[in-house]
Amino acid sequence: MTAPLGTLSELRAQLDARKVSSRELVDAALARAAALEPVLHAFVGVQPERARADADAADARRARGETRSPLDGIPVAIKDNMVQAGEATTCGSRILAGFIAPYDATVVTRLRAAGAVIVGRTNLDEFAMGSSTENSAHGPSRNPWDPACTPGGSSGGSAAVVAAGVVPLALGSDTGGSIRQPASCTGIAGMKPTYGRVSRYGLVAFASSLDQIGTFTRTAADCATALAVLAGHDPHDSTSLPEPVPAWSKALTGDVSGLVIGLPREYFVEDGVDPAVLASVRESVAELERAGAKTREVSLPHTKYAIATYYLIAPAEASSNLARYDGVRYGHRAKGARDLGDMYRRSRSEGFGPEVKRRILLGTYVLSAGYYDAYYKKAQQVRTLLRRDFEAAFAGCDVILTPTAPETAFRLGEKAQDPLRMYLSDVYTVSANLAGIPGLSIPCGFSKGLPVGLQLLGKPLDEATLLRVADAYQRRTDWHARRPPEPA
Amino acid sequence: MSRITREEVERVATLARLSLTGDEAARMTGQLDAILDYVALLQSVDTTGVEPTSHAVPLRTPLREDRAVPGLAPDLGLSNAPEREGTAFVVPRVLEGEEH
Repeated sequence: MTAPLGTLSELRAQLDARKVSSRELVDAALARAAALEPVLHAFVGVQPERARADADAADARRARGETRSPLDGIPVAIKDNMVQAGEATTCGSRILAGFIAPYDATVVTRLRAAGAVIVGRTNLDEFAMGSSTENSAHGPSRNPWDPACTPGGSSGGSAAVVAAGVVPLALGSDTGGSIRQPASCTGIAGMKPTYGRVSRYGLVAFASSLDQIGTFTRTAADCATALAVLAGHDPHDSTSLPEPVPAWSKALTGDVSGLVIGLPREYFVEDGVDPAVLASVRESVAELERAGAKTREVSLPHTKYAIATYYLIAPAEASSNLARYDGVRYGHRAKGARDLGDMYRRSRSEGFGPEVKRRILLGTYVLSAGYYDAYYKKAQQVRTLLRRDFEAAFAGCDVILTPTAPETAFRLGEKAQDPLRMYLSDVYTVSANLAGIPGLSIPCGFSKGLPVGLQLLGKPLDEATLLRVADAYQRRTDWHARRPPEPA
Repeated sequence: MSRITREEVERVATLARLSLTGDEAARMTGQLDAILDYVALLQSVDTTGVEPTSHAVPLRTPLREDRAVPGLAPDLGLSNAPEREGTAFVVPRVLEGEEH
């Protein structure tokens, strides 16, 4: 078995010191990916030829002293819902079987311009709808800490490959927690930036007012490095923010003295939370206090309505976005349809899996005549109240700290038959999407051998404070340095 | 009392261009009923006079120079077509129940 790869900053230092070549790193990543695939089932596809050619080009640049960015020559993976010209994109769905993307997503363009080497595309719940990867048409991915457990979802494949040391960086997308919850389940750092920070051009749409691309890395410092490459306005995405991208790495001072951390009382209730998770998160608060941070209780009074709000708004937007899969221009087309309507119905019914159908039905229902005001409009109004909760709370603190998920990684199959129970996995994460604010999960302990995550939530556009707090914590603790056991 | 009936689920499926098998319709009805029962929680929130949020970030309209740029080439745009003829996507006949 090829040894796990180091962090992004470790690999950068090795490349710069000429101790290793990009080609060697990419070969190692591909070898490790292949060796672990029977256990983790984390990749939908790998791109060895293209990756090796890109690595050789990166090595040639380095030899000429033309290294483009801290990511130049670094092997990375992307979630299989971001398009890449000439490569299959499935979104974990049968309806996109055989689809070859005709263009690059902006994040792919940016990664490539920075010299990063994409080695493969990772597994996800179908159209990013789920919290375990069990909704993937390719079958579930597994958690490197315990293959009987989920790596979380929907970006579970990306989380698993970073946790297992296949690549030091992978991209995910987060609509209700799909980066932060898997990061928590696998013991790594997962960042959902402010809505609009990273262009969504070429990210296959799930719920457009909530979707945001972000990163999986082992450390907060690596996250700062990678995010700087991805963020910034994109003329192809009118919702991408025009605000300048700060030099996040410079924000990592290690100093949190005087910083005020808000602890929302609604997130620290005993009900429905694993006590071991709460204990680890409380201990992380004590550690940050020892580092000089101040803490105070804050209130986010509408928290208990967040999941209900989310599961009205997200399916409503999804039912509209997924109307495009009709068998006409791309994707699966049913054979032998008697007319156009029959083709639509049969193509969609054959192509979509049960969770996607469930959400399309729910979304169509809540948008339909007679129910719109009672469900959809009501949810949008409560969304306003949730947003105001954060505005009020941030008037009295710099950052909010919570558990990322109510429990550690659960066993595959445990919730697969109960959609509502699965939805409650997102209880601590959906509010950030509804409010559009940034959120970062980092590991803060273990319970029965499985990682526990803490979540930092920030003011809009204030990823810098999240990264500074997370980095300061990681300088004082070693949870992020723990590695899952190597498979036998 | 159930919040959604099987007939309503089938009507919504028609709107969403999905056809459900008998088993699927029964299972979906039960699951959607449980979800709608849960989200009914929102009805207890007083939202009088609260503006709905459709987007968390106030959206501006970014303008760009009015200059022609190349789009997706027709062949590339058609490259995933299940069936094509020249530069057109071919579909089955549009009107239901008519013969060719």
